[in-house]
Amino acid sequence: MSAIKVRDVWVEYGDQIVLESVNIDIASGAFVSVVGPSGCGKSTFLRMVLGQDRPTRGTLTLDGAPLPAEPGPDRGVVFQRYSVFPHLTVLGNVLASYEFAESPFLAKLFGARRRSALEKAKLLVDGVGLGPHANKYPSALSGGQQQRLAIAQALAKEPKVLLLDEPFGALDPGTRTQMHQLIKPLWREHGMTVIMVTHDLKEAFGLGTRLIALDKKRIDPQEPNRFGAHITYDLDLTRDGPVPVLGFSRPLDGGPSATSSSVRDGADLSARSNP
Amino acid sequence: MRRAMNIVPGPGARVLLAMLPFALLVFIYILGSAERRAVNPDDKLLPPISEMASTITRMATEPDRRTGTLVLWADTGASLQRLGLGLGFATLTGLVIGLALGMLPLVRAGFAPLVAVLSMIPPMALLPILFIVFGLGELSKVVLIVIGIAPFLVRDLAMSVGAIPIEQMVKAQTLGASTWQTVLRVALPQAMPRLLEALRLSIGPAFLFLISAEAIAAENGLGYRIFLVRRYLAMDVIIPYVAWITLLAYVLDLALAKIARGAFPWAYVGERR
Repeated sequence: MSAIKVRDVWVEYGDQIVLESVNIDIASGAFVSVVGPSGCGKSTFLRMVLGQDRPTRGTLTLDGAPLPAEPGPDRGVVFQRYSVFPHLTVLGNVLASYEFAESPFLAKLFGARRRSALEKAKLLVDGVGLGPHANKYPSALSGGQQQRLAIAQALAKEPKVLLLDEPFGALDPGTRTQMHQLIKPLWREHGMTVIMVTHDLKEAFGLGTRLIALDKKRIDPQEPNRFGAHITYDLDLTRDGPVPVLGFSRPLDGGPSATSSSVRDGADLSARSNP
Repeated sequence: MRRAMNIVPGPGARVLLAMLPFALLVFIYILGSAERRAVNPDDKLLPPISEMASTITRMATEPDRRTGTLVLWADTGASLQRLGLGLGFATLTGLVIGLALGMLPLVRAGFAPLVAVLSMIPPMALLPILFIVFGLGELSKVVLIVIGIAPFLVRDLAMSVGAIPIEQMVKAQTLGASTWQTVLRVALPQAMPRLLEALRLSIGPAFLFLISAEAIAAENGLGYRIFLVRRYLAMDVIIPYVAWITLLAYVLDLALAKIARGAFPWAYVGERR
């Protein structure tokens, strides 16, 4: 189980209000896409769930318990860049997570324990299609391969929550499609809750079971930092959900949908929770 | 005609081009030396290479009449021991304090200004204090080298640890790493190549402090010898000694460069050939 509850969360840096009154319940096992304009606080939201940033006000809970205020093994992460350790080989990168857990002082495994950890690491590396590159350093990998490695590394901990911060943003369209085909089965197989920040709307709709859009509800030209972003749209993208998904899963039934028109009117749908 | 910036010498030409300035310098020296000898057969300023070779061979192979040691090797051993100890302790200091400063905001808040101020003390100004406190023995010379280069290593290391992307620190934590494990497996290995580079840059200053300390108070050592024979205008000893010190420093530098590239190949992937 890995349900996340966000209750009335504000994030402020000095005078600047980044997020204001964010409320959301994320069901266990959901794949939530987070979209919104640049600088609206998408990544801040993600970092907050990660524990890297702390909310100024409000609470976040994971399965009812308050989220620890620092990153931990229950929440895996894949960043757009710098996600893997450049000084370790592909296998070493995945092995490291086992070594951290089993060797508190040296963070290094030897002998039989190393061999058994290596086997687990190899399975993960093969699982993301990096088997032939297991002994290369990340600098010798392409961007897509590095992100595959970052995913394998995050999966080694079997996190309850996987956070993706524009993970495929720097990849070319072909590679990006391959990554989509990789991440979806992995998500189903591991039963994690995934929160993915992305700029790519097609990706957001294509992968997610739910999409939230963050935006400022008001912009004061004299005081642009006075109003923070909150959840403006919250769409259910499951197959039987009410939202027609841009030609992905279902054809539009019955003309322009009520949701999209109400969205255009700027109605706040954030109160609606996901089934 | 290609642009000058695009003309790259081949491997053979590279060796030849590297040797050329050296050969030129030696040639100019030989000319100068011969010229002076022709005018004054007792000239001491530019002794011929043959004379320097015989003097240095004598110092390297015949035991000294007073001490019974082979002077060149005894001097080299004593100096390298001081240098090695100094560099070793400085590296250790740099690693421990640099990693602590770079990784722990609490330590940084408390000690970074102190380190910044201490690193501005001219080490040579402290030499009299070192002689008074530690005596004229080996310790004061080693301490001078440590004081001379440790602050640079500390600050360089703290900066390079601080420059490791925050993403990697967060990633390590999401993989379950403690602070200690992050230092050991993420910060330390990534700081090592930079530490070796900093150490290479420190070899020059380290020799400077070593020779200064030896010149003022010592009973052996390369710097001691140079300043001893200076009284007799013995250029046939001084010039080969300077060349020998330079060679030692160069070999040390080269060895550190090779070690860094061998041990941390990932850090040099983007290097221009």
